[in-house]
Amino acid sequence: MKGLPPALITAIVLVAGFAACAMQFPNIASTRVVGNLLTDNAFLGIVATGMAFVIISGGIDLSVGSVIGFTTVFVALAIERWGVPPLVAFVAILVLSAAFGAAMGAVIHIFDLPPFIVTLAGMFLARGASFLLSTESVPITAPVYSTVSDFALRMPGGGRLTAIAIIMLVIVIGGALLLHLTRFGANVYALGGSRTTASLMGVAVGKMTIKIYMLSSLLAGIAGIVFSFYTSAGYSLSAVGVELDSIAAVVIGGTLLTGGQGSVIGTFLGVLIQGLIQTYINFDGTLSSWWTKIATGVLLFAFIALQQGLVALARRPVRKSAGATT
Amino acid sequence: MENSSDPASPLLEVRGISKSFGAVRALQEVDFTLRAGEIHALLGENGAGKSTLIKVVTGVFPRDAGIVRLGGEEVAPRSAKAALGAGIATVYQEVNLLPNLSVAQNLFLDRQPMRFGIVREGEMRRRAKALLADFGLDIDVAAPLGNYSVAIQHVTAIARAVDLSARVLILDEPTASLDRHEVEILFGIMRKLAGRGIGIVFVSHFLDQVYEISNRITVLRNGRLVGERETASLPRLELIRMMLGRELAETTSARASATEHKAREICASFEAYGKAGYVAPFDLELRHGEVVGLAGLLGSGRTETARLVFGAERADRGQARVEGAAVRLQSPRDGVRHGFGYCPEERKTDGIVAELSVRENIVLALQAKRGLHRPLSRREQDEIARRYVKMLDIRPSDPERPVGLLSGGNQQKVLLARWLATSPRLLVLDEPTRGIDVGAHAEIIRLIRELCDNGLSLLVISSELDEIVTYSDRVVVLRDRAHVEELAGGAIDVGNILAAIAADGAATAHEGRA
Repeated sequence: MKGLPPALITAIVLVAGFAACAMQFPNIASTRVVGNLLTDNAFLGIVATGMAFVIISGGIDLSVGSVIGFTTVFVALAIERWGVPPLVAFVAILVLSAAFGAAMGAVIHIFDLPPFIVTLAGMFLARGASFLLSTESVPITAPVYSTVSDFALRMPGGGRLTAIAIIMLVIVIGGALLLHLTRFGANVYALGGSRTTASLMGVAVGKMTIKIYMLSSLLAGIAGIVFSFYTSAGYSLSAVGVELDSIAAVVIGGTLLTGGQGSVIGTFLGVLIQGLIQTYINFDGTLSSWWTKIATGVLLFAFIALQQGLVALARRPVRKSAGATT
Repeated sequence: MENSSDPASPLLEVRGISKSFGAVRALQEVDFTLRAGEIHALLGENGAGKSTLIKVVTGVFPRDAGIVRLGGEEVAPRSAKAALGAGIATVYQEVNLLPNLSVAQNLFLDRQPMRFGIVREGEMRRRAKALLADFGLDIDVAAPLGNYSVAIQHVTAIARAVDLSARVLILDEPTASLDRHEVEILFGIMRKLAGRGIGIVFVSHFLDQVYEISNRITVLRNGRLVGERETASLPRLELIRMMLGRELAETTSARASATEHKAREICASFEAYGKAGYVAPFDLELRHGEVVGLAGLLGSGRTETARLVFGAERADRGQARVEGAAVRLQSPRDGVRHGFGYCPEERKTDGIVAELSVRENIVLALQAKRGLHRPLSRREQDEIARRYVKMLDIRPSDPERPVGLLSGGNQQKVLLARWLATSPRLLVLDEPTRGIDVGAHAEIIRLIRELCDNGLSLLVISSELDEIVTYSDRVVVLRDRAHVEELAGGAIDVGNILAAIAADGAATAHEGRA
């Protein structure tokens, strides 16, 4: 019901795309490649889950890429330069990023500002702050990093399900449950339908807005930690443009950009589609990696056109009956 | 539904409510009494203050004066949510629910049955189904609300309100977008709820429905209480008089005899002109130097006629002629090209551009008519603005002042000036005196007369019958989206207009809205 048909289309596109790639490069159809795909896109999957909540509620969060960048730098410096135990550093950065998101949500609600502008400011702020901390890449050598990097579940066929891929899957499943089974999730859809109506129906719109942006920033913080595991370094220029990749994943996953409809599962499929394109280009070897962006652009356009078609189709009978009475 | 209307223990008491928006007094010491188990119609023309009264009672607008008592206790909700908490629920014409959520979620949003932090979807659907069954609905409650008709959305909204333990249910134009069968279902539900002791306020401009369903009627006019009557003992003519007229009837056309004999040339004519489901085909002749008034109740087809004449709405039958030549009016552009002007009723939203200056507002239509490639020079603009500010006595007389800062009457004059600058042959005015103070009122009427004497043809819509009688050479009376009567000369008086509106209302009430 809630955006499943568009998500279903995403699933079909993913399966068809995977089948087509596997026909050209039979090696793609292996747990090894799938495992790598999940690992390579773990941070994107996490941050896109948060983005799905924000967009379904009718907002947008442009700051997530910068929050990831800031997180990697903060964690690297805390562990390597300031001598903070890794776990303490993680908790500190998660608290910090959650507070950052809550502050953006509060500004959006209290001053009734467009989320686009507020989170754009947040984007510059977080990116600038990470440059302030360090402009160079800081390698992380703490033992916990090699332990986590080495950890993996063996899959049949030789594939490795890494720790960060598992974190991502847990967050995606948790996000889906939160969105579809809880009162919080229902309120996210309500906000996306209409803020004024939701508030008239008793939803605490202000609290919800704060919580939603808090969730998005918190997940961006987790994605940042995951990214630092992935690269074993902190760099202020990391994850530039990831906010756009995650918005693309959300939209390809069948979520309406205007809010009110969508799903976390669809978003996850959208992430996988982007990962698949990247994998195909790696296998091909001759194509420039920028073809990922071009293919993503084409897909985005196709999905937006498709959604507009679906929306128009859904509205038609309503418009008819309204027309008869005016 | 006839039970428990004990006047000694009113459910909702509104006493001496006043509310002003800037200089406009929207409500002046209005009283309203709702008894338990009664369906109480709240009537009045546009701008009478019905919506304002509802919004003040439910806390959407803060009130300037007066008190509200619910079940004997004083209440002062500060928001619609607080009013709901106190037991006053409102269902608006545009259903305030979320079409993207399921019916069940809409019924139980923010109060879903929970277990371990998880919404019990099955339990919620079961309860939703049971709740709606009580209202005679058997639908798939898991489907999005937007998939269902407006009628079902209305019933869902009512069910939610009642389930939130509402004691007072306010229905604002609930039947405006329902067909006859759906209205019957809604009325069934209203009677059932009234039988349970809920007090229902019914706002509607369909008088037949009011007579069918209500026990009592309260009429507002220009923000004041006109009176409260038992429906059964209030004749329709008397009700319309309460809604439209003061105790006048003696006002007759000041101009009729003076100008009647003058032969005037036809400026524009419409033969069998109309649009299916909008306005029934009508014949209308508009002559130079003549004011034609359009009278009728809200929703009778006055504005619709005006929009057809101007070209804002496309007719699907009939022939329009300008100065004898057949023309096609398919868009406002066509109307402007043929020398028509149109001042709409909602001047704030459809007319003036509040941020622009008086000068810019005045030259707007003229510039549009000339086209973009022939811009008016600043000197010409200044000249035009100065001329009309002087001619219409727009105050303050600074042409560079943003129009939004002017009073209602002066905004209306700016609108008039905008069209006069295009030297039109026909001007359509929809409620030109709405929401402006008494002094400006008289001035606008004087202006209408003057313009007419200069050879302009005017088509004027007004709910103020005595006003229409004062300036019209002819009056077309509308009822249920059809032209039913044309009065001319000495026949123009308030009594005749009221009689034409009230005549045979029951027989034709629903024909226009199939």
